[in-house]
Amino acid sequence: MTQSMNQGTTESETQATPLITVTDAARWFDVSAPWLERVISRKPRTILKAVDGVSFTINRGETLALVGESGCGKSTIARLLVGLYDLTRGEILIEGQSIRTLQGAKGKALRKRLQMIFQDPFASLNPRWRVGRIIAEPLDAHTQMTRVEQLVRVDELLRQVGLDPADKSRYPHQFSGGQRQRISIARALAVNPDFLVCDEPTSALDVSVQAQVLNIMKDLQRELGLTYLFISHNLAVVHHVADRVGVMYLGRIVEIADRDTLFADPKHPYTRMLLSAIPDIEGSGRARTPVAGEVPNPLNPPSGCTFHPRCPFVREQCRHEAPERIIFKGVEVACHGVAQGWPMLVN
Amino acid sequence: MMEALKHFWQSDLAWSWRHSTVAVISTFIFVLMMVAAFGAPLIAPHNPFDLATINLLDALKPPAWNSEGQAIFPLGTDSQGRDLLSAMMYGTRVSLMIGMASVALSMLVGIVLGLVAGYAGGRIDAFIMRVADVQLSFPAILIALLIDGVARAVVPRELHEHIAIPVLVGAIALAGWPQYARTVRGSTLVEKNREYVQAARVIGISSPVIMFRHVLPNVMGPVLVLATVHLATAIITEATLSFLGVGVPPTEPSLGTLIRIGNDFLFSGEWWITIFPGLALVLLVLSVNLLGDWLRDALNPRLS
Amino acid sequence: MAPILELDNLSVEFPTRHGTLKALDNVSFSISPGEVVGVVGESGAGKSLTGAAIIGLLEPPGRVSGGQILLEGRRIDQLNNDQMRLIRGRQIGAVFQDPLTSLNPLYTVGQQITETILAHLSLTPNQALIRAIELLEATGIPAARERINHYPHQFSGGMRQRVVIALALAAEPKLIVADEPTTALDVSIQAQIIELLKRLCREQGTAVMLITHDMGVIAETADRVVVMYAGRVIEVGAVQDVIHHPQHPYTVGLMGSIPSMVAHQKRLTQIDGTMPRLNAIPSGCAFNPRCERAMSICRTERPELMAAGASQAACWLHHESHKAYV
Repeated sequence: MTQSMNQGTTESETQATPLITVTDAARWFDVSAPWLERVISRKPRTILKAVDGVSFTINRGETLALVGESGCGKSTIARLLVGLYDLTRGEILIEGQSIRTLQGAKGKALRKRLQMIFQDPFASLNPRWRVGRIIAEPLDAHTQMTRVEQLVRVDELLRQVGLDPADKSRYPHQFSGGQRQRISIARALAVNPDFLVCDEPTSALDVSVQAQVLNIMKDLQRELGLTYLFISHNLAVVHHVADRVGVMYLGRIVEIADRDTLFADPKHPYTRMLLSAIPDIEGSGRARTPVAGEVPNPLNPPSGCTFHPRCPFVREQCRHEAPERIIFKGVEVACHGVAQGWPMLVN
Repeated sequence: MMEALKHFWQSDLAWSWRHSTVAVISTFIFVLMMVAAFGAPLIAPHNPFDLATINLLDALKPPAWNSEGQAIFPLGTDSQGRDLLSAMMYGTRVSLMIGMASVALSMLVGIVLGLVAGYAGGRIDAFIMRVADVQLSFPAILIALLIDGVARAVVPRELHEHIAIPVLVGAIALAGWPQYARTVRGSTLVEKNREYVQAARVIGISSPVIMFRHVLPNVMGPVLVLATVHLATAIITEATLSFLGVGVPPTEPSLGTLIRIGNDFLFSGEWWITIFPGLALVLLVLSVNLLGDWLRDALNPRLS
Repeated sequence: MAPILELDNLSVEFPTRHGTLKALDNVSFSISPGEVVGVVGESGAGKSLTGAAIIGLLEPPGRVSGGQILLEGRRIDQLNNDQMRLIRGRQIGAVFQDPLTSLNPLYTVGQQITETILAHLSLTPNQALIRAIELLEATGIPAARERINHYPHQFSGGMRQRVVIALALAAEPKLIVADEPTTALDVSIQAQIIELLKRLCREQGTAVMLITHDMGVIAETADRVVVMYAGRVIEVGAVQDVIHHPQHPYTVGLMGSIPSMVAHQKRLTQIDGTMPRLNAIPSGCAFNPRCERAMSICRTERPELMAAGASQAACWLHHESHKAYV
């Protein structure tokens, strides 16, 4: 089996080249009114800058989580990374190979290494196809396996995600949400990818079902040496799965840190606010920053640092100048306050 | 095969059918007419096209229960001495064949164009939809007449009879495709953004394959309902065209032709020549329409 | 103090062509005046249905097939629609999940709130308008005097939910039924809305039935919590007790499957299997096929709620005769 080929390189934690390198990635959408309407009412074009200059790396075998609220662009980044959207600007490299080659001849080999798991377990499987055919689809597209070989592989995958090989002749609607997510995972693993982008894979599931799926994902990561980009708005889930965490706000990353560092000592005011907004089941008595305002309309973001209208530490500079990303105590942060050492923010 | 049939019988759709008196009766009538129509060569009492058996002396005989009628002509005869019942059976066959063929062709063109428009979007979508819009602003009969007229003008006289039926089918089909295209396009626009399509794109499947293998099965539902209603319309359209004299050639009369022929005799007392084919047409179209209605309600998940 | 709401062996059925489904099976609990009771459970547990039954908005063919719903001691499950209309708004207010569909897009916010006030309280239209503005201000909407003439689509999601809360409180009801009020909102807005609901209800002395699947929201807001499973109540108790000392094996599993933001866990507790469908509820205790500690009695006899630690749980493990096994 080809799985061992992936595992061979997971030994070294200090890989020279990260598996994924994203540099100044941007994705803009033109949501302008139709041409005629614009001409008549003299409106300018409206551009939605869903992602506007995002950079990060992911090392082989690790899980990077991206968190943020609605409109922050995390779903767009997920789709940029698997080629569902084209880059407006910037570059994404998968072990040195650019994502822009996905469309060409070299693209097929690259596609085999990237897969995606979606949020909605009901919509991510074609309701008219049987499960076996759904899981075998990547095998058809990327391998020369015969029908018999494909059946063997499908059985193997179903067992790996904790389902019964007999399930391959059933239809998706005969399964529960958690089981459908497992089928999605089986499909994603069919051609032995290196990298899985998981877009809120458990957000639509009940808590006990979520536990099942998260456990399986962690087990599989260990067994197969997978690398995950895990998108979520649920910080507790992120705490459970991530090695490193990136916090996004209105199309930009405001902070990236190790999981433990981020949760114990958040630097960016938005991160602090997010952490304190989460209901506290354990009564851990953590210090809370008051939660203020709402996420602004992404079509019309605030000037300077886009978080300034809601920031308790805002100063004049924040209204005019967007902060650069700096490295502070091993954490990447984009905040004037942290960069300049304002009190209350830096202790 | 038996398994599949048994499974179907237990399904919600079959249950809904069993419990709808209207659906059961309509299906029964429709099947009866289909059998009568397509079995006409075998079961019709007479062959209305066989010149040897037609006797002018038999002309204009009333239906059998009338005092002047004869048992061998149950519904009477027309002006040529042809048995009306047999002529109606063959006529229904022609009507159904043309109706079904035009619906099939219409579906093919409409579904493909709708899929392409919905999936490709942009200018292709705009172009196809504008063509559809323009065409929809003309009444279907007018379009059919137009195409028919053009065909007659272009094709030499001797071939008219041969191409009459294909042209008719084409004309009715062409008048009907925008409905399918619009419906399919709408559904495609919705399905295009669903995650299972995105998953297929991530795997690297090409667009045409996604369109036909993934999206198409999921947009067919409303199409079937549309098809049953369209069948009724197509049959009526053909009947109208035949009534106007620009439909099927007189050698292969459809129900519409028979109605036209009988129309001339309506007020001179030989009412049966027009009324019975008329009734048959109404019955056929009504049963198809009611079946379509039932199907639409049965397939609608909200009504329970 | 007499409870404001009491559910007494409430059962709800859905007749279908495959047979009658029992969606709620002998549900009993009560809510005291001013108390916040959380009703928690996973999808299919019946918590939303309980809320719908109380407000009288069960979708036909669903119907109450047994038991009673008592509002301040008076039965309300047998009332017809006209009588329920008088109760809804005045005695019971409702906050639903989707603020977009809870408000009529064709009327201004002011018109909707004053309509409710005028329908239930005897105030003049002018007084009603003043009260409406006060309510909007109380729910934290800035420039209430101007925004009262705005339409729902001119508000953001979180603002709309505040309007919905204002609407629910407009006629000064004694009880609010809130069905997943924060699930559709961003995390930071959730916190604000929960805080708002808590504060306003405390000020007005309104009791709240908070239906949600999110244990975190319950932990922060509720005084007591009712845990539901497959249409039954399986545990009831004070919030801190149920969360930190769960008594029913399902609740234990549920609490264990919630990821922690503090502890490092290799694996989350996993309850194998799924909640049974309504047409396939096991005999005896509904949870028995998935329970690690199931005994033979669990497969045959359905347990009632019984004392278990500081709470109540429907589990044979807590029966006197089995306490030795606990």
